Amino acid sequence: MKHSTRRDTLRFIATAAAATCAAAVWPLRAQTTTAPRLVTVGGAITEVVYALGVEAQLVGTDTTSLYPAAALKTPKVGYLRTLSAEGLLSLRPDAVIGTTEAGPPVVLDQLRSAGVKVELVVADHSWAEVQRKIAAVGRGAARETQARALQARLDADWAVVQNEVAQRTARKPRVLFILAHGASPQVAGQKTAADAMIRFAGGINVMSGFDGYRPMTAEAMAAAAPDVILTSTQGIEAQGGIDKFWARPELALTPAFKRRALVHMDALELIGFGPRLPGTVRVLAQKLAAA
Amino acid sequence: MAAAVGGPVTDTPGSRRLSFPSVMWLGAGLVLASLLVASARGAYAIDFADILKTLWALASGGIEGTPEQLVFLNIRLPRLLLGLAAGAGLGMAGALMQGLFRNPLADPGLIGVSSGAALAAGIAIVLGTLYFPEMPRSLGSWTLVAMAFGGSLAVTVLIYLLAQSEGGTRVGLMLLAGVAINALAGAGLGYLTFLASDEQLRSIQFWLLGSLGGARWASVLLVFSIVLIAGCAASTCARPLNVIALGEAQAVLMGVDVERTKRRAIAITALAVGAITATTGMIGFVGLLSPHCIRLVAGPDHRIVIPGSAMLGAALVLLADSVARTAVQPAELPLGVLTAFVGVPFFLLLLRQFRGRV
Repeated sequence: MKHSTRRDTLRFIATAAAATCAAAVWPLRAQTTTAPRLVTVGGAITEVVYALGVEAQLVGTDTTSLYPAAALKTPKVGYLRTLSAEGLLSLRPDAVIGTTEAGPPVVLDQLRSAGVKVELVVADHSWAEVQRKIAAVGRGAARETQARALQARLDADWAVVQNEVAQRTARKPRVLFILAHGASPQVAGQKTAADAMIRFAGGINVMSGFDGYRPMTAEAMAAAAPDVILTSTQGIEAQGGIDKFWARPELALTPAFKRRALVHMDALELIGFGPRLPGTVRVLAQKLAAA
Repeated sequence: MAAAVGGPVTDTPGSRRLSFPSVMWLGAGLVLASLLVASARGAYAIDFADILKTLWALASGGIEGTPEQLVFLNIRLPRLLLGLAAGAGLGMAGALMQGLFRNPLADPGLIGVSSGAALAAGIAIVLGTLYFPEMPRSLGSWTLVAMAFGGSLAVTVLIYLLAQSEGGTRVGLMLLAGVAINALAGAGLGYLTFLASDEQLRSIQFWLLGSLGGARWASVLLVFSIVLIAGCAASTCARPLNVIALGEAQAVLMGVDVERTKRRAIAITALAVGAITATTGMIGFVGLLSPHCIRLVAGPDHRIVIPGSAMLGAALVLLADSVARTAVQPAELPLGVLTAFVGVPFFLLLLRQFRGRV
């Protein structure tokens, strides 16, 4: 009698355990066959995933994926240029979506050889870049219809924003972008995300004649004579606040210094080129006009 | 420096030392154990039975292509073999350099292999994209590797030529030339990092920290065969190096071709470490620590120190890489940092244990 009750109890536990396992495994199985698992590499790509509402398919992101806050809680596969093949594969993704910044190339080859779809979006700081990101996530997530809908909505918003900026042609602010995350601040020349953002917002980048970023020197600052300084909020924090920022000797010779004309925005939002771009350009244009 | 340029530790009667066979057995056991640990550990869960089945399938030609098999065969196995070859090559080269310079501070970097590779890799990363915009596509595969390998050989030859005098290659001159040229290469690399864009800077830094992450079969087999050939050549240096330990003049009197031994040791180191550094980036401290550890437990005989250092180096790199791959998964830690973190405490422990012999 005692024995049989114990056996019954064991049998019950075993059945219950098996049922629980089955219940736990079944929906997972069902999901993996329909919804591809995604790893996104690059903050803006991750933003597109959330904008499309397919974050349930997101199994990993890189360390530049800081927005929205929920993206911070996803498993991190490391910095976008230093990915690791096996670590990434351990998340069992069906597709890895990133920009051409992602690497190293050997690791991307390894991912492809393990049967993972690797899609890299070319970053050329244009509206088309945002469109390509949305299309890539739509394809990767097998949500192309939603991606087209999001695209149409953003295209419309973009047209409105461009129109707004175009009507504000009276005064084109002369803007200088300062990248000040480290000890030696740099200024943005052509072919940079910051340069594109200044143009989108109806301003003129006062630094011309070179591509990429360069260390800022007092003489170059004076010669460029910017009306407004644009930088990232993170940069201001890194310099120790707005007062400390203005205290840099290079800035003293600029027209912007006299009026303390400083515009700062979140770095990821400002130069991320994600789905927030139309809104960012709208805010930036307003801030530049007001500064 | 003067104090450091002494001979190796002389054998004091009565001190217990491991014999040649016991070092070989212990070393082989250590390498095997590290291989087992490294093969079973990884971000991608593959259990031991799977690994054995995969190896059996590989041997019998019956690969089914399951995800576990693909990950193991395409990613983890080449990585293990690269770690084995890189660690063995660095350890062996360290033993050769310390024997040749008769200096416990010598490591393969001293003859410019690492700095030459780093400078060339920096040139490939920074200037390559400037003058050959299409290069990023192929970069990281062969362009970068070939450049780094070429750079390490070129700088080594330069240092070797600078150390020539009437009496042949002067080791002291080579040491100084090495320090100077390394500093020059460091300055060149510094200038390149100044020119570099943000992402190029990250690429250079990543490369300098070393990683086995780029292991692919083609490069692994290349490095493996180069290290194997270098190892065979290194074994012929053991006896002459033992004699050179008594002093170069003494060695010449005893009929050893000192000049040939030097050339051979330098060529072996340049080839092996050049090939390794070109594929993995900088993996520090292995070449410096392994020979010391072996000398502490087995004495200064190069017939033991050279193969012993190779085995210890291999074990060290394999274990460090296991930690690199798994500690922060799914991301990865830089290996060059870990070889120091794993190797140095181990070395200090040994130093304390055997402080009487140093």
